[in-house]
Amino acid sequence: MENREFLLRRLHSLLGIIPIGVFLTQHLIVNHFATQGESAFNSASHFMANLPFVIFLEIFVIYLPLVYHAFYGLYIAFTSKHNVGHYSYLRNRLLVLQRYTGIFLVVFIAWHVFETRFQVAVGNAAEADFNMMADILANPLMLAFYIAGVLSATFHLANGLWSFLVTWGITQSEKSQRYANYFTLLVFIVLSVIGIRALFAFV
Amino acid sequence: MGEAAKTVLFEIERRNSTNEESYWEKFEVPYRANMNVISALMEIRRNPVNMDGKKTTPVNWDMACLEEVCGACSMVINGKARQSCTALIDQLEQPIRLQPMKTFPVVRDLVIDRSRMFESLKKVKAWVPIDGTHDLGDGPRMPERKRQWAYELSKCITCGVCLEACPNVNDKSDFIGPAPLSQVRLFNAHPTGAMNRDERLNAIMGDGGLGSCSNSQNCVESCPKGIPLTTSIAALNRETTVQMFRNFFGSDRMVD
Repeated sequence: MENREFLLRRLHSLLGIIPIGVFLTQHLIVNHFATQGESAFNSASHFMANLPFVIFLEIFVIYLPLVYHAFYGLYIAFTSKHNVGHYSYLRNRLLVLQRYTGIFLVVFIAWHVFETRFQVAVGNAAEADFNMMADILANPLMLAFYIAGVLSATFHLANGLWSFLVTWGITQSEKSQRYANYFTLLVFIVLSVIGIRALFAFV
Repeated sequence: MGEAAKTVLFEIERRNSTNEESYWEKFEVPYRANMNVISALMEIRRNPVNMDGKKTTPVNWDMACLEEVCGACSMVINGKARQSCTALIDQLEQPIRLQPMKTFPVVRDLVIDRSRMFESLKKVKAWVPIDGTHDLGDGPRMPERKRQWAYELSKCITCGVCLEACPNVNDKSDFIGPAPLSQVRLFNAHPTGAMNRDERLNAIMGDGGLGSCSNSQNCVESCPKGIPLTTSIAALNRETTVQMFRNFFGSDRMVD
């Protein structure tokens, strides 16, 4: 694997936005149907779950990119020595937060997929519908876990978008990077509001 | 500081050689106006007695220019890597904690071996190759405004502070760090240096190169020369993006 690191890092950065970031945004928006009531969510969820070639869409748009991003991300995270104690600059803090949310998301997403999609796949549940989520989120501990999961995901995406812009050489100047701060903060807030509103619609 | 407190307290992380365990030693140095960390270390060298009143070995450190242009006196002062010649005692919280930059092999006390930086400069071909069998005459002219801009990048003193501040330069990673990366932008900006532009870009696309940056941006905050290291890195990111596609899809003409 000599001299593959550059390509692997670029792939890691790209997959985080396309398709994973696009998928996360879509997922949170579909979840938001829950705010319009049980039947609105169920029909949206039913539509998504019955897309043509859905298993291939899931494998190539979600599972493979996500597994690569998660495991290569863990490898990256454990090759850094974080030093926010002495170098407590904004971007350094955000980097550490990016790493912690990433590690947490590996656990959260694994559990979330096991609890929902996997149960459907093995036949323990007919469909990932409104009632399934309402049952899960009826437990206050699970609700807290899901809130942490959604906020970690939206932060990780928003901050990842910032570093994507630098990694691909789009934002170079200090000024453009500063405006990217504001823009990605907005992305974080908007996606968080959508995600959290959806969660509370099930409670 | 009150009238009585006319001394400066130091805690120094020392070791006798590279592979020996480090230990902390405290010193109390008489205060003089406008003193810096180096003049305090000179005072310790003149009278090597620690806080317990015991005679000890003088503390070793590296220095040369004493005006922040050589990069030799880098050390970690109160947790942050910087040049000790410009670390003024009046601006530091006491006790002043001095440590070597342990990202590098520690030779003795505060002396470190920065030769990995020279190795990195060789790796990224940070020079303008002009040797040949006959005189090629003058190279292309460099626009004055471009020269002035490039001058800022040429201020790098390979002091190693950016490597020490970077969370990704450590013994678990082979990242060469920000300083040699920025030198690639400098030499690619040179009209003659640009003739080997693709070689340098391909060098930093290797393992331990540009890809290992995680954008903590500690480097640009820490650089004593104010070099726009993160702008260099982002600019190189764009150039390597193009180079990456060119390497795969491009024709056989690699040089501009």
